[in-house]
Amino acid sequence: MDYVTSLILIAVSTALINNVVLHYFVGICPFIGVSREVGMAVGMGAAVTFVTVVAAALSWVLTYYIMAPGAPLTSWVWTLIHPGSQAVVDLSVLSYVVYIFVIAASVQLVEMYVRKFFPALYKAFGVFLPLITTNCVILFVCLEIMKHVSGATGPAFWTLDKALVYAFFAGVGFAVAILIMAGLREELDHCDVPAPLKGPGITLIIAGILALAFLGFTGVDKSLADLLR
Amino acid sequence: MNNANGPTGLERFINGILPENPTYRQVLGMCPTLAVTAGMAPAMTMAGAVMFVLICANIMISIIRPLLKPHLRILVFTLTIAAFVTLADRFLAAYMYEMSKQLGPYVPLIIVNCIIICRCEVCASKQSVRAAAADALGQSFGFALGLASIATVREILGSGCWFGLRVLPDAWPGWVVMILPPGAFLTLGLLMGAVNWIAQARKASPA
Repeated sequence: MDYVTSLILIAVSTALINNVVLHYFVGICPFIGVSREVGMAVGMGAAVTFVTVVAAALSWVLTYYIMAPGAPLTSWVWTLIHPGSQAVVDLSVLSYVVYIFVIAASVQLVEMYVRKFFPALYKAFGVFLPLITTNCVILFVCLEIMKHVSGATGPAFWTLDKALVYAFFAGVGFAVAILIMAGLREELDHCDVPAPLKGPGITLIIAGILALAFLGFTGVDKSLADLLR
Repeated sequence: MNNANGPTGLERFINGILPENPTYRQVLGMCPTLAVTAGMAPAMTMAGAVMFVLICANIMISIIRPLLKPHLRILVFTLTIAAFVTLADRFLAAYMYEMSKQLGPYVPLIIVNCIIICRCEVCASKQSVRAAAADALGQSFGFALGLASIATVREILGSGCWFGLRVLPDAWPGWVVMILPPGAFLTLGLLMGAVNWIAQARKASPA
């Protein structure tokens, strides 16, 4: 029961309470750019969730086995070269380059998958699909996983399942935020927005009010934890 | 400076500060703009880091531009930027540890900052080193200006301080919402509206 509780807490906390867009300010560029229509928003949210889960899985494996301080594979290779050495091999300085490689590869994988099995969706996406590489959400998720895997003082260790739950619900949180914004902006077409605020201006103001609303979730994770105990 | 084809270096530099300001005119690099502008100190540190990465990446991409293959260029851009961001991140962690902790994950997020990738794509991969460097300098000053404007509003209204020095009387209650996420969105949205309004007014009344 403790295990399921911790997973539920990670899920709710990531998707709603510390929403990646409205609390951590990542993924703002597509949030402003792609939130015009609900259809596009659904597609973008699903694509980002998919890429995030794939990239998170690859990042977790690479971080745990190769890049974290004292990682199994690197320690084994090191003891081949220097037998009996007690040194802790720490390759985490390579993290950023490796993560961006992983993200580019994941986007490529997803692109090939979508082109093969959903050709209409692929054409609707156009240039936005390769642009997911520059989506801050995915790199942010990879960095969070690195924090919880490297054994740095503080964050609890995350096994692969917790990391995947985190990644999936980060994507869900992004999808929720962008869906709400798309629905609101579709309604905005009937309103009289002042000319200087049209476009990004009014979107940001609405995002501010949304962020205020999501602030109301603060403390829900603690109450949930007490409830499920 | 190539006068015959396109703007000179000085023109590129001035272009990046106000006319093609990355924050207000191009609407790029929103993530750090909203995240680190709760105070002037983290905002200026972020501006310095982005300036370093943007200038180095532009110069490097401009040097290797004969070698760029069209379908691999975005990957090459991001890898170059990732290398320089690692440098900047380790430097900050070594010499400005408290600030590095405060900036948190937003320094590595410079890798996917749209400003840098956009400048590499639009300018550095096509122009000489001088033009690319001038463009990078101008854009980073423009970005710093954008960050400073938002951070000033948020810090003064939110805590009555500027760069940590008290500027408003102690009686000011401090609008905490300006330090929190909603304040960031609202400040940026309203300031963007103000900039658009000024730009429209100037366009409507030519001298």
